[in-house]
Amino acid sequence: MDAVTAEQKYNFDVVRWFVVMAVVYLVVGALVGVYIASELAWPFLNFDSPYLSFGRLRPLHTNAVIFAFGGCVLMATAFYSVQRTCGVRLWSDKMAWFTFWGWNLIIVSAVLTLPLGITQGKEYAELEWPIDIAIAVVWLSYFFNFVMTIANRKTSHIYVSNWFFLGMMVMITYLHVVNSLAIPVGLFKSYSIFASVQDAMIQWWWGHNAVGFYLTAGFLGIMYYFVPKQANRPVYSYRLSVIHFWALMFGYVWLGAHHLQYTALPDWTGSLGAAVSLAMIIPSWGGAVNGMMTLSGAWDKLRTDYVLRFLIMSLAFYAMSTFEGPVMSIKTVNALSHYTDWTIGHVHSGALGWVALVAVGAIYHMIPRIFHTEIFSVKLVNIHFWTATIGTVIYIVAMWVSGIMQGLMWRAYDEYGTLAYTFAESVEAMHPYYAMRSVGGAIFLLGAVIMLVNVIMTVLKSVSDGSLRSARTATASA
Amino acid sequence: MASNNGSVGVQERMEKNVWGLLIVLAVALSVGGIVEIVPLFTIPSTMEYNKFPEIVWQHDVPAAERKPISEWKAGDGIRPYNGLELAGRDIYQREGCYLCHSQMIRPFRDEKERYGHYSLASESMFDHPFQWGSKRTGPDIARVGGKYSDDWQRKHLRAPRSVVPESVMPNYPWLDDATVDAASIQTHMRGLRAIGVPYTDQDIADAGELVQGRTEMDALVAYLQVLGTMVRLDDNVAYRE
Repeated sequence: MDAVTAEQKYNFDVVRWFVVMAVVYLVVGALVGVYIASELAWPFLNFDSPYLSFGRLRPLHTNAVIFAFGGCVLMATAFYSVQRTCGVRLWSDKMAWFTFWGWNLIIVSAVLTLPLGITQGKEYAELEWPIDIAIAVVWLSYFFNFVMTIANRKTSHIYVSNWFFLGMMVMITYLHVVNSLAIPVGLFKSYSIFASVQDAMIQWWWGHNAVGFYLTAGFLGIMYYFVPKQANRPVYSYRLSVIHFWALMFGYVWLGAHHLQYTALPDWTGSLGAAVSLAMIIPSWGGAVNGMMTLSGAWDKLRTDYVLRFLIMSLAFYAMSTFEGPVMSIKTVNALSHYTDWTIGHVHSGALGWVALVAVGAIYHMIPRIFHTEIFSVKLVNIHFWTATIGTVIYIVAMWVSGIMQGLMWRAYDEYGTLAYTFAESVEAMHPYYAMRSVGGAIFLLGAVIMLVNVIMTVLKSVSDGSLRSARTATASA
Repeated sequence: MASNNGSVGVQERMEKNVWGLLIVLAVALSVGGIVEIVPLFTIPSTMEYNKFPEIVWQHDVPAAERKPISEWKAGDGIRPYNGLELAGRDIYQREGCYLCHSQMIRPFRDEKERYGHYSLASESMFDHPFQWGSKRTGPDIARVGGKYSDDWQRKHLRAPRSVVPESVMPNYPWLDDATVDAASIQTHMRGLRAIGVPYTDQDIADAGELVQGRTEMDALVAYLQVLGTMVRLDDNVAYRE
């Protein structure tokens, strides 16, 4: 199908806006991340200001990268691939625009409320109740439009990428609704209706599945559409995709309990979470293998295809962090790693190495197809690839070292049988690694800025040389 | 799964019917959560006070006869936060303290020596939401109450590095500039009462006077100073298995 027909048939308008906003939020989210990382290395950066203090900016960082960047990527890629795999236009253009503006208004409200200290005080679920209600409504509009588009499809089978998107949409609806149940005591203040261990378990059921579904199942949906498309080969194994899909859907939900090992959570729950976590290595690697082996017989493409490089590198990080995660859930390892920077490093090997790289690959794949012109600079894309990869590696190495060192210092005893280090000494020992993390993050951020410039230049080129207009007016006259 | 002819049939049907796929997903995705979460509300051993009721203050007193919080003394047992402490806890959440400080001591020798007796689920029974935390950029503070003087806490919150040179904690000078609003704290207490925190009318009325003219700094210090002081735990008793 040529560009003009695709433009005529599908709604690419809303995809274009989601794509551009995703790149903007990647820069914003990474920028806030580098800033708060630097605050831990050089605390004067808090500048005695409530609005810049670490505790208020850290939720802004996590919300910006998860909900602003991750959300826009999921909405752009789901809307793009569902139309192409179903051979029909989105069920409702109006509802898609409602999703776009609604989601972006939610992001703006997060940017305004979080630095003001308006928060529910639950990690990754900080936004207050009025925003939570808006999230539920906008999320359901995204969900409903997606399902109705599939129901309208021209193809007989629902393609595998759409299974993953659907699983994510169902699960995030469950999680968001249950974990956000709270009693409002003012327009900007509420208390969770749960307390203590029940609240903790529900929070980590949400917390780990935000990772497991939003940032894994959804992004596996991206992988299943964009890797075969970019490699121009079918998915390696249909059978493997069926098995690992259902294993992930059923199994991932159980993992949250591993965040609460050795706490006041009953032993049975933590052990159950850890056991299923270990079992999850198999389906996780099933997905990674299925993605990588799709290139089998076409590995030479990695030498020339910049988009494939992002996608395959992301799968390598995915395989690594889905091995690391289960290892960290083993009780004896968790006793050391819990509460330390190792957790932060693990999250970032997933978030930077897997989520961001696969998203960036998908965006670079879509850009020429939705703006109907070649990317402004292939050279800049290659620079982005290397900055993103090197930045991520520096970041996670810094956190591995600092995390394991913290864990060992806290439990170290001297020859007289007393604790060898004060807590303050362990904080002091972290300084070089916190500085190193800021450098790694800054290199990653540089890559994101390069991408933003490249995308803006491509959009301008598409507008100025008329390629976007001619594709769209052909639509109008057709 | 796919090798079995019967289940290939099911998979095939789901791939052709989005509603069928959604229903199977909705069921498959709910199992793990139900199995891990629901029993925490129903199995008595989850909350230690079912076996050791004495750790909760006024555990055997009917609601109508409860004494006000002002009559509680340190060590009497777990109780709801008074108005000033609750205001401090609101500030603790607002400033995102839980992102760097845990309130959950694990049953290890080094944690016992560094922080004290391991934490019980019952100790956060009135914590909506829980504040166990997931990261120790700073130390655990589940039992920080009484460990330092009020003066030290104030100095530390205003400028942490003036008392702990290695600290990377932000300065919180603005806590001295704002006062706590009595009316909104009383609203917060009524909200918490609606979801099961046993505040008496007297407690809510007392909160007005308790927070009158007090700064956010006073409130946060009051909260920190009560942490871990509510119940005296016995080293020779196995509260958890």
